[in-house]
Amino acid sequence: MTGKTLYDKLWEVHCVYEQPNGTALLYIDRHLVHEVTSPQAFEGLRLAGRQVWRLDTNLATPDHNVPTMNRNQGIADPISRLQVETLDKNCQDFGITEYKMDDIRQGIVHVVGPEQGATLPGMTVVCGDSHTATHGALGALAFGIGTSEVEHVLATQCLIQQKSKNMLIQVDGQVMPGITGKDIILAIIGKIGTAGGTGYAIEFGGDAIKALSIEGRMTVCNMAIEAGARAGMVAVDQKTIDYVKNRPFAPTSEQWQQAVTAWQDLHSDADATFDCVVHLDAADIKPQVSWGTSPEMVIAIDDRVPDPMAERDEVKREGMLAALEYMGLEANTPMTAINIDKVFIGSCTNSRIEDLRQAAHIVKNRKVAANIKLAMVVPGSGLVKQLAEQEGLHDIFREAGFEWREPGCSMCLAMNADRLEPQERCASTSNRNFVGRQGTGGRTHLVSPAMAAAAAVTGHFIDVRTLA
Amino acid sequence: MQAFTQCTGLVVPLDKSNVDTDAIIPKQFLKSIKRTGFGPNLFDEWRYLDHGEPGMDQSKRQLNPDFILNQARYSGATILLARDNFGCGSSREHAPWALQDHGFRAIIAPSFADIFYNNCFKNGILPIILSKSIVDQLFQETLATEGYQLVIDLPTQQIITPAQLTIEFELDSFRKECLIKGQDDIDLTLQYVDAIKQYELKRQKEAPWLFREL
Repeated sequence: MTGKTLYDKLWEVHCVYEQPNGTALLYIDRHLVHEVTSPQAFEGLRLAGRQVWRLDTNLATPDHNVPTMNRNQGIADPISRLQVETLDKNCQDFGITEYKMDDIRQGIVHVVGPEQGATLPGMTVVCGDSHTATHGALGALAFGIGTSEVEHVLATQCLIQQKSKNMLIQVDGQVMPGITGKDIILAIIGKIGTAGGTGYAIEFGGDAIKALSIEGRMTVCNMAIEAGARAGMVAVDQKTIDYVKNRPFAPTSEQWQQAVTAWQDLHSDADATFDCVVHLDAADIKPQVSWGTSPEMVIAIDDRVPDPMAERDEVKREGMLAALEYMGLEANTPMTAINIDKVFIGSCTNSRIEDLRQAAHIVKNRKVAANIKLAMVVPGSGLVKQLAEQEGLHDIFREAGFEWREPGCSMCLAMNADRLEPQERCASTSNRNFVGRQGTGGRTHLVSPAMAAAAAVTGHFIDVRTLA
Repeated sequence: MQAFTQCTGLVVPLDKSNVDTDAIIPKQFLKSIKRTGFGPNLFDEWRYLDHGEPGMDQSKRQLNPDFILNQARYSGATILLARDNFGCGSSREHAPWALQDHGFRAIIAPSFADIFYNNCFKNGILPIILSKSIVDQLFQETLATEGYQLVIDLPTQQIITPAQLTIEFELDSFRKECLIKGQDDIDLTLQYVDAIKQYELKRQKEAPWLFREL
């Protein structure tokens, strides 16, 4: 018998029932809920007169619509406010635990879950949000779902699923100093494309992934969806166990020992077979910057904006031309010659303490460049913010001219008041550079926190390693 | 859920790859707590020249005459012809809600993003995957022929072109059956209540920490 992949193991242990045609009923251990994709699911439950199957698996927090400043004044936009109030009411009516806007534990669901130990190795974790793969960094099977499936999980604690294929992305060797998890995942997406992982569950492996902290692995898994895969994951090792230990909802005493023993098996067997294996050489990865309107439109900082005329595929060429027009860029421009207007450090990709430390390290004793209209740091949760403040990071950012904000999704998708104006160019640590994502007409360049910090203090993109 | 058996409809070609769900329904419309009413804002940034916000009077907005959905010959189209990786990005089910509300029953593309593909089936929309070369051919025929219609028959998994050419398509038998019956997934799963409860009892013994109160 051949060995199993990590995904195979997670899948099998959660299968309640499997039909001969491969359709399975998969049991869900943790369901994270936010205000945008849940109201219609709760409404559906009410209309059908259904209850929540298992209350203690659900954890809710508002994140997409929450303001990141003057929070004591509430939410100014009445439509945003209604959505957050609707979450509060639904959680109260059904009895679901919620970290409300004024709770120190509130934050972006994908930061809050691991931080609280609410998401653990070996779990199935779902959320009505495509960046749920983040939790796969703990050796969990985590994936985003639509609102109908949110309702399904609430009502049955299960989902009807078809198993994905197995893909291994192996990042061999070690990255150069100054290269982060964000650069690794952007380089991966640049290589396999935004549809490269469609139909697969991706396991990230290799020495460069093992060398990452859990925060770094979360950044990598977070963007699995930008490579087309619903789920991304990393095998459990000692770092995972150390990360989980003593978190509020982590198992304790005897159950901790039992859990750790079970988690030791959360890796692919040596003789496991994958449907697809992709290799990257870590040493080749340089700081990455996206130039276009899809995360696969990404290059190294020392490259030039690509020339669409060199692209033979007509559909791709048209896409590149449209992207350059939208981004206001000329082909062959060196990336380091591109000036920026705004800087956003935050999002479920890069708003954890390690991200803020890396950015602060670059910002320290420097000032935000004169051409930058706004540079902001939005911590991923109230607890990340508190820890950063204990370390004095907020002072470093503020002294340099950054704004230090309250936690939430913020300008990653601009559902709250934080947004780009038309044609404003932003160095952003978020995950999507789609047209209009950060505000109508806004131009997003995806980078690591250190690269965003370097862009903030120089006013243009620059290889952060020349500043360190 | 609305059942899907057969659909005869006008085809509109959207010649862009990697159409993301942010483009299908921009974020400002996700603030709604309802499941309906997204149709007027489908492809909002492409369809209109002015910026759309929730609650605007749609009749006063400026249509973008260059956007294909606004061209008179495609008015009333129920089949969307698209390119690779349609529906990528955010998991928002508001995307299929908007497509359905606008009147689309089926989408044909060489590939779809996983979450979007799955969400379509929950909303009575049939996403059909065909080879690149056949999709190319359909694009050519649709653009060349005003009033180009296709007949999509789900039970036989066939598309019939105006020239009576038959194109077969594949899909998972479970999803097909649910769509034909317009089946509610939750009702289906609740037939397995005993199996779910047994699973929980077994897991509680194996992994009690998964049953801890939050």
